[in-house]
Amino acid sequence: MITSTGWIIITGILVAVSCALVGTFLVLRKMSLMGDAISHAVLPGIVIAFLLTAGRNTFPMLIGAGIFGLFTVWLTEELSKKGRIFHDASMGIVFTTLFAIGVILISLFAGNVDIDQECVLYGEIAYVPWDLWIWQGTNMGPRPVWILGMVLIINITFITSMYKELKTYSFSPQLATTLGLPVTLIHYGLMGTVSFTTIASFESVGAILVVALLIVPPATAYLLTDRLHRLLLLSAFFGITSAIGGYYLAWWINSSIAGAIAVLAGIQFALVFLLSPKYGLLGRKFRGQVRYKSAEDTILQKETTFM
Amino acid sequence: MDIFFEFFSLQDPNIRYVLAGTILLGLSAGALGCFAILRRRALVGDAVAHAILPGVCLAFIVAGGKDPFMLILGAFVFGLLSMVTMDFISRNSRIAPDASIGMVLSVFFGLGVVLLTIIQSTGHIDQSGLDDFLFGQAAAMVGQDVMVFGGLSLLILLITILTFKELKLISFDPNFAQSIGYPVKRMEFLLALLMVLTITAGIQAVGVVLMASMLIIPAAAARYWTDSLRVMLLIAAGVGAFSGITGSFISYTAPAMPTGPWMVVSTALIFFLSFLLAPGRGEIARHIQKKRLSYRVACENILKTLYAMEEEDGRADRVRTWQELRKRRHLSRGRMRKVVSTLLKKNLIAFYAGTPDGYVLTNDGRKMAKRLVRVHRLWEKYLNQHLQIAEDHVHEDAESMEHLITSEIEAELRRSLGSPELDPHLSKIPYDSDEDTKTKKGDSRP
Repeated sequence: MITSTGWIIITGILVAVSCALVGTFLVLRKMSLMGDAISHAVLPGIVIAFLLTAGRNTFPMLIGAGIFGLFTVWLTEELSKKGRIFHDASMGIVFTTLFAIGVILISLFAGNVDIDQECVLYGEIAYVPWDLWIWQGTNMGPRPVWILGMVLIINITFITSMYKELKTYSFSPQLATTLGLPVTLIHYGLMGTVSFTTIASFESVGAILVVALLIVPPATAYLLTDRLHRLLLLSAFFGITSAIGGYYLAWWINSSIAGAIAVLAGIQFALVFLLSPKYGLLGRKFRGQVRYKSAEDTILQKETTFM
Repeated sequence: MDIFFEFFSLQDPNIRYVLAGTILLGLSAGALGCFAILRRRALVGDAVAHAILPGVCLAFIVAGGKDPFMLILGAFVFGLLSMVTMDFISRNSRIAPDASIGMVLSVFFGLGVVLLTIIQSTGHIDQSGLDDFLFGQAAAMVGQDVMVFGGLSLLILLITILTFKELKLISFDPNFAQSIGYPVKRMEFLLALLMVLTITAGIQAVGVVLMASMLIIPAAAARYWTDSLRVMLLIAAGVGAFSGITGSFISYTAPAMPTGPWMVVSTALIFFLSFLLAPGRGEIARHIQKKRLSYRVACENILKTLYAMEEEDGRADRVRTWQELRKRRHLSRGRMRKVVSTLLKKNLIAFYAGTPDGYVLTNDGRKMAKRLVRVHRLWEKYLNQHLQIAEDHVHEDAESMEHLITSEIEAELRRSLGSPELDPHLSKIPYDSDEDTKTKKGDSRP
């Protein structure tokens, strides 16, 4: 029998691994902020699905939010093209507006919706063990674990079945286009899995902290290896360690578990950033490689590139 | 309705305070946002806004409750820290800027959430109003808050006005600014500082989660109305102020509602209206322009077709029937009728001796058609001669360029090609007789 602590940790691990796997491609494609945008923008979808189904039906929620996720991606690109504004600004407009609408919907229907503003921000992973799935009178364990397990299987299936295509696409979309790969399909497929993963993780870690799990573990791994399969495994590993460590950190200081997971992921990144033999700060100092990039290449100097 | 008048009659001094505070905030956020957008820092602003949450929480812990000065200090320190961290990570590793923005945003925010929940669980500190910093609550501001945050906004506006010229220069052309000896680094730092301050000023009214949109959306909306940075700044500040008014009104009528989302939605509405309606750059205006251009092209194509027929059989007096025209130009019946009647009205074509089913070019019409054919062939010649494009590949391009080339470009083409006799397909390039080339008749449009 698994204790409630066990269920929380299992949930955390499932969230972390699902996020790390799809997040790796976001980081490689330099679309990390699309993950941020999607995780914010699916909120109205989640709330509407909650309202329509009275909260306890998962599939409409997944579908509703999935539609909003792809809608965000599409709208950002359309607005950027049609409205002739920079991609980052267009993304900022789309996702903050959708998120604002979601928050307004929550406060309007506060009585009918089983989510509150705090849940939006940092989830309720501590309640997972009590959200049981009773199937034909049998206790099947916590419902979120089943959903997250399913999402993880979907993600793994997607990545393994499209491994070569995703690899080409994430390192060089131009080459992928030249080779005749269905780039648009891969792009929207990836965005679709990001949406699913975000929504499934929403209850556990909330809309904002899921970004930490999408981006930080893959970025950490990216400082250690150059090979895609190792990158995926290492990201998953760092996701798992931050989930487990985060739980105990939160238990120790008596705080939000999701917040602690994000903080721990950040600490891991900081350590690897300092100590990584090949791409770390000290390693390069040691080899006399002081600057990694020219001054023009940094945030305060040059425009950031998205997509 | 009553509540509307009650609010806008400004009888209640509290309303006056809150309104003044949010308007000032909207003004400064709108104005600063223009620079953020132009320099592509929109999402950096988002990260900074999220990253000040731990600063806010620490300020609560240190001050033992809400204290505007501590809040500003805490938020400012963490805002600056987050910017430095983002810059440091992307400067010193292979991590791309977007990933470092996302990491700082989420990890700092996670730290904020940890502190927030610690404060809530210990309960030692007066935590009333701490939640207001997540999504904003303008009505919860008391006199002192308004003075401090409003004063901060005023300061930001003042600095922006004083350094407007320099900020403009580094936003558009930092390399040029560098080369004429401006302290670009220092100016960029000042701008970053102003951005952090603006975000800090907005935390109580808008909240950390949605503050960035107050930078992005008003500026993006203003961009549709003007090409001048000064005007853009004014419009964006106005949009920001407007959302400040809506935000505090909603905050007043529905105290349970967070203010931030409403401010965002009201600016988003203005953005959407600007996107649709703005003259020149707006979607509807552009649609009309496109329609007009395509109609003009259709008219010009009919003139050209008539001219081509004349060229083929060398007879300017022969009537060309409706059927002949439709065989050459695939326009729908209705559109063709409209185009022909426009051309008739403009006196560019005429019925031949009063028969209603055939047309000839008038002298004006012929001159115009000739010009179109001339620029078409000149352009083909130019592509062929200067850009080395094969002569069987130049027609398509010329087909669209002929409608766009102005008389200045035409003169330039003729000068650089030396008024050639023949185009790459060895068709004769028709020039006007001498007296016509001097007057710029060719530029008239149907």
